[in-house]
Amino acid sequence: MTDQSKIQLTASRRRFLQGAGAAGLGLVVGFHWAPRNAMAQKAAAGAPQAMNAFIRIAPDNTVTVLSKHLEMGQGTYTGLATIVAEELDADWKQMRTEGAPADAKLYANLAFGTIQGTGGSTAMANSWDQLRKAGATARAMLVLAAAEQWKVPVAEIVVAKGVVSHKSGKKASFGQLAAKAATLTPPAEVTLKDPAKFTLIGKDVPRLDAPAKSTGTAQFTLDVKQPGQLTALLERAPLFGATVKSFDASKAKAVPGVIDVVQISNGVAVVAKNFWAAKLGREALQIQWDDAKAEKRSSDDIMAEYKELAKRPGLPARRDGDVEAAFAKATKILEATYDFPYLAHAPMEPLDCVVKLDANGCEIWAGDQFQTIDQMNAAAVLGMKPEQIKINTLYAGGSFGRRATIQSDYIVEGVEIAKAIGGKAPVRLVWTREDDIKGGRYRPMYHHVLKAGLDDKGEIIAWQHRIVGQSIITGTPFEAFMVKDGIDATSVEGAANLPYAIPNMSVELHTTQTGVPVLWWRSVGSTHTAFATEVFLDEIAAATGQDPVALRRKLLAKHPRHLGVLNLAAEKAGWGKPLPAGRMRGIAVHESFASFVAEVAEVVLQADGSWKVDRVVAAVDCGTPINPNIIRAQVESGIGYGLSATIKPGISLAKGGAVEQSNFHDYEVLRIHEMPKVEVHIVPSTEKPTGIGEPGTPPVAPAVANALMSGTKMVFRALPLPPTATKSA
Amino acid sequence: MAINFTLNGKPISLDVDPDMPLLWAVRDEIGLTGSKFGCGMAQCGACTMHVEGQPVRACSTPLSAIAGQKVTTIEGLGGKVAQAVQAAWIKHEVAQCGYCQSGQIMSAVALLTDNKKPSDAEIDEAMQGNICRCATYVRIRAAIHDAAKTVRA
Repeated sequence: MTDQSKIQLTASRRRFLQGAGAAGLGLVVGFHWAPRNAMAQKAAAGAPQAMNAFIRIAPDNTVTVLSKHLEMGQGTYTGLATIVAEELDADWKQMRTEGAPADAKLYANLAFGTIQGTGGSTAMANSWDQLRKAGATARAMLVLAAAEQWKVPVAEIVVAKGVVSHKSGKKASFGQLAAKAATLTPPAEVTLKDPAKFTLIGKDVPRLDAPAKSTGTAQFTLDVKQPGQLTALLERAPLFGATVKSFDASKAKAVPGVIDVVQISNGVAVVAKNFWAAKLGREALQIQWDDAKAEKRSSDDIMAEYKELAKRPGLPARRDGDVEAAFAKATKILEATYDFPYLAHAPMEPLDCVVKLDANGCEIWAGDQFQTIDQMNAAAVLGMKPEQIKINTLYAGGSFGRRATIQSDYIVEGVEIAKAIGGKAPVRLVWTREDDIKGGRYRPMYHHVLKAGLDDKGEIIAWQHRIVGQSIITGTPFEAFMVKDGIDATSVEGAANLPYAIPNMSVELHTTQTGVPVLWWRSVGSTHTAFATEVFLDEIAAATGQDPVALRRKLLAKHPRHLGVLNLAAEKAGWGKPLPAGRMRGIAVHESFASFVAEVAEVVLQADGSWKVDRVVAAVDCGTPINPNIIRAQVESGIGYGLSATIKPGISLAKGGAVEQSNFHDYEVLRIHEMPKVEVHIVPSTEKPTGIGEPGTPPVAPAVANALMSGTKMVFRALPLPPTATKSA
Repeated sequence: MAINFTLNGKPISLDVDPDMPLLWAVRDEIGLTGSKFGCGMAQCGACTMHVEGQPVRACSTPLSAIAGQKVTTIEGLGGKVAQAVQAAWIKHEVAQCGYCQSGQIMSAVALLTDNKKPSDAEIDEAMQGNICRCATYVRIRAAIHDAAKTVRA
């Protein structure tokens, strides 16, 4: 974001971070019916009719939900359509979903305030009230249209499975009534359905995107082809923070198919007729880099600095009771450190966007996760107004946080390239896998120090948690509302809100500076805090001879939702029942994004010390389950994603600062033979729905480490876990 | 000089750099975009196509290597095995982001064409070259077993 003054971010830090908790504010904060003449779909004969900003009904009887949230695999398009269809009393077969245009006035994420974007597992939570009301309002308009047309009382109209009917025998489809309904004034108040009468919410309605994604017809950004479109590859600096000193494009330009070579902020772009020519052209570039301001430390050097820093107190993120006095009284003190590497997100579709410029504005096609921010950053590059940036949000081939960058890195690159070639053709910018793995915006590296004081009965009376690592937010325009008193909430989430009943507790943070760009990675702070806290708790359980589940039950007595998932996972996994030789169990429970997840991992240890996770049993409480099958799928996915970082090395920087990994051969990720069996159990709930895209991820690594610890008596204090573990005699 | 091959049953003649990978020839020159780019070095399988019925990584297969051969992409799939696999993929809701799934399906069809009753271990072996970052592996296994039943029926 280059021009901070233009940006009016009014989200409060709490709302941004705890979207789910703030969902109830939705109607107050951002509910807004657009005047229908302002909508893209004008009411014209034969055209789809906009019932409101979120719902269009076409004469062919299809109902299209405009999704303000990116579909990146998490099932959002299906979930949002389910909420609408439920209140509309639609037939599921008539439902469709497409990406809403970029327009924060209509489509802001209510958890983010005035920003349209997807993240923090907020889609269902912040859309729940909004889309129920949108669906109920559209239904009321259809009913009114039928009542006027048939000259019968509104109260006598029945709507079921997409059919509006009256006892006289008259009936009509939504499509037949939509044109008339769209001319009516929406009622100011509507009654939402009694959840006891839900027919779609809570059922496994089929995913809307399953057919297209099983036939190769789903459209991703990489598949966009505008007339005359060119393809660009960008050569970026080999070190973070290095810049172009000079370059020679003559050999690149000699490659057949290369159209142009242009310098932009982040490097030198080769623009060509197709991907292959752009790639060959990029390989032929000769660039001199200025690395005076580059990060040259290795990740080992940086970690050594973190460990030094951890010897001193950090800034307070939480202080309960008198920690120092409690430690002074303790009869036993346990201490452990935990280390976490940088991690790349590595979504299957590398970053890409298509940018078309014309006299009136700029049109972008992308799996866009941060529409408002991307509009602002693109507009700043072009000297335009944000509303001149039209964004077509397509399916994203995964993201895990990567496509939501506050600096809009890949969008700005695409726009700068399009501008640099004078807008003479639409440009598709493609990142290669190497660009992705070496490109930064990693999950930050972290070092944690945990210390617990026990009394003579083995009760935990003091807890000190010191966290050292980079902030994702500091130095960005989000700092104003997401960093308070020096504490980036995303650095300490999961630690500062630890639910365990420990009377004296302190959580401290050292925020470090490096040249390595960092970013939120599926479940953000909980990727490291869950491991450190849950593994340390099992170390305490082992040191005091307590069962890990029994200890957690005792410490969670006042947290019924944590207890609910803990007990359900333990029961379903057969906690406490004997296991065959070589098989071991571990558990972890963690709250993230207002959802609660417990996982039990079953690990099989071979005689040679090698081990494999064979089964994971998960219990989740994410409020009202909208689509249980998608919830199960997200937890399976979260477990697989978390397990990948549990067993595979992360990103490292060599001496001199170069990233040592480049592609899937040296940045390995989980493959099918490493995927355990997964069972997901959902706690029944009538609470408002909360997130499920991320919360499945945090518990898996500590559950696996705890299983290995229980079986081997070894300690596991860093991720990734070692590939072999030796069982103690 | 033009390179001739058969794509989804249709003759194709392309006069491009013979080193151009099959993936980019099919995507950029012919315009079939169901096969995806994921790594460019035969590590992830998102680009998987069939050449003479065998799964190959099209991102690392130069066009010159497939001259005169029959290439099938997800768009050209047909027959009992492919139908069973795609139906099972939809039924089990395997896809999440969906980007790798064309490649997964191409590998699964090749597996079931050779082996009508694969074990979990045989599925793992055949599908190990296809990465899914959404980790839909549990459902890939289930869908392959289910499709195998349909194929055997």
